[in-house]
Amino acid sequence: MLATLILLPLLVGAAAFFLPSNSLRRGLLVSTALGHTALTGFCWLRQPAPLLSGWLLLDAPGLLFLSITSVLFLAVSLYALGYLRREDWGRRQDFEEGFLFTNAREATFTGCLLLFLAMMTLVAVSQHFGLLWVAVEATTLASAPLIYFHRHRRSLEATWKYLMICSVGIALALLGNFFLAVAATVGADNHVPMLVGALMDQANLLHIPWLKAAFLFLLVGYGTKLGLAPMHTWLPDAHSEAPSVISALLSGALLNCAFLAILRIQQVCIAAGQGQFGQSLLLGFGLVSMLVAAVFILRQNDFKRMLAYSSVEHMGILSLAIGLGGLANFGAMLHAVNHSLTKGMLFLVAGNILSVYKTKSTTDIHGVVRVLPISGVLWVAGFLAITGSPPFGAFLSELVILKSALDQGRILVAVAYLLLLSIIFIGMATSVLRMYQGVPLCPPAEVDDETTGGISAATTEGSLFKPVAESALAVISPIALGIAVLMLGLYIPPGLQDVLERAARAIAG
Amino acid sequence: MNLLVDAMIVLLILTNLRLIASSRITSCITAVAVQGVLLGILPLLVGTDHLTVRACMLSGTATLMKGIVFPWLLFRALQASNVQREMEPFVGYTMSLLVGAALLATAMWLGGQLPLPVPAASPLIAPLAMFNILIGLFAIVSRRKAVTQVLGYLVMENGIYAFGLCFALQEPLLVELGVLLDAFMAVFVMGITIFHISREFDHMDADQLSVLKD
Repeated sequence: MLATLILLPLLVGAAAFFLPSNSLRRGLLVSTALGHTALTGFCWLRQPAPLLSGWLLLDAPGLLFLSITSVLFLAVSLYALGYLRREDWGRRQDFEEGFLFTNAREATFTGCLLLFLAMMTLVAVSQHFGLLWVAVEATTLASAPLIYFHRHRRSLEATWKYLMICSVGIALALLGNFFLAVAATVGADNHVPMLVGALMDQANLLHIPWLKAAFLFLLVGYGTKLGLAPMHTWLPDAHSEAPSVISALLSGALLNCAFLAILRIQQVCIAAGQGQFGQSLLLGFGLVSMLVAAVFILRQNDFKRMLAYSSVEHMGILSLAIGLGGLANFGAMLHAVNHSLTKGMLFLVAGNILSVYKTKSTTDIHGVVRVLPISGVLWVAGFLAITGSPPFGAFLSELVILKSALDQGRILVAVAYLLLLSIIFIGMATSVLRMYQGVPLCPPAEVDDETTGGISAATTEGSLFKPVAESALAVISPIALGIAVLMLGLYIPPGLQDVLERAARAIAG
Repeated sequence: MNLLVDAMIVLLILTNLRLIASSRITSCITAVAVQGVLLGILPLLVGTDHLTVRACMLSGTATLMKGIVFPWLLFRALQASNVQREMEPFVGYTMSLLVGAALLATAMWLGGQLPLPVPAASPLIAPLAMFNILIGLFAIVSRRKAVTQVLGYLVMENGIYAFGLCFALQEPLLVELGVLLDAFMAVFVMGITIFHISREFDHMDADQLSVLKD
């Protein structure tokens, strides 16, 4: 079962590079996504057998993150069908700087997308720290060509920063892995295997100073990938320049993979009696990330960058929640689900808005709801959901985390958390409501001066955007994700509740 | 045998200094290639029960990758761009050497501080690993050309690899090969990206990639 889960997207992805027909490739993309989701569904009914003597094993945190990835990937692949139809091969004009560029071949796009899924699956099921590292680094490499789908200079810059910053970060995590191996060396010829379970069982044998050093390096290394401030600098660039489908996956699924890796080492730390050490670091990084995100969201005029900084914020919340521990662990698991689904929906809607307005500037976009009736409503609903307004799911999870902070008597943390959440709410509300309301004016068209004799901009200024008939493929995924997030705010199904609780217990050591 | 190991470690340190002291990118790549070959052979010399099939296989793969494949990929990326020299690095070459000497001293001190649970094959390996990591980071932040930054990344990766050699860590074969494969893919993808950067911008100065900001 586990082998199929990984091999299905891996093999189809490899085949997608060589298939001659685009329609066949698109069909395969969606059917692989469906197959992957179905297999993940089976894992909920019956726990799959471990493979490779326990290296690959699906525990509760793994199952939770695997399911998030799988569901989001399915939504994204449906959306991608419509997206790829719009973004065919050929020259097109960049709407920010006006130069011409082409897109990458669709084979590269689909192939890398499926390989990306395979590697994220591997992250979710890896129990061995070495294998986990290999898988996390592989997700970086599989997703870099996806960020460079639009072949122009800005996306190239984003790709380069993503590759360099994440690779160096992940290299530090490799050093952390070696430190962990040192910590696990018991005698000249004896050492604890680098499996999460084995390390936790024999945690009393671990060498504590080396374990602490390992935790630091793994936290900084995977934290770079997770987008914790101040290592988050690649994240806004990559999320704003990648196609919106990819941004949705990066934010909703890839960041979770890095988070899972940090959870694994925290599990070992707790078992070794060093939970407090890890928790205080996670708490600090979490608050700093929320602070940085709040500052940048307040003065943000680019709506995709705004969503990217919101991801920094939510990764900060997750980190903070693990730092608090106790009840907040459950809150963190629930919040990871809420954030991924909501952010996926928001990025897909952002893609719809971008394709009509041709600008990412929030000051130039008005009246979204008049032009895009469905996406406009989803945009505001998504904004309410991501900022933790009732009745959406994030409200519940953020409340659980707040309650945990108050129960522990950490008033300062709770106040800072609430303050930053409200600043971010205000910052996002300013941009989102500005886009939602008003008259949808076209930007002044850039007509060549020679042809019109110098009267260019003024004549076209007054025209309005016409309402657009939205295609079913462009809205069905965001609607489904939106309904799921709304559901989670009102009612958590018992099956999910059970997995969330088991995951929270597992990461509590 | 120990003399040989120490001699190789000194050579490895020299390749690092060569990397930060040379302005010609081709000689930088050659330095890293030499470093890769030396590092590939090193595991056969350290440790007590060497020359098993597993050790030979790993050593062979590492030598092949680090010594031949990575430099070849980088040379190809370089050819596409007509760039031969690292022009005006952020830190000059003389200054770089001084920084290198300071880093070496730091690495020696750091390496001496680490309480290893198992005695290492040579007391110099841990300082070497630290030195490689520091030099790699230094090359990444002090050089403009994208290729040199990739070299910095590779040197850093080499340092981490050397740390693994420190006390012949028994990482399972699957993981060792996976790490090598990832490094290969990283250089491959970075090489392609450099190719695109030089085609798009007519240069490969990573510091000029500065459109995206808040």
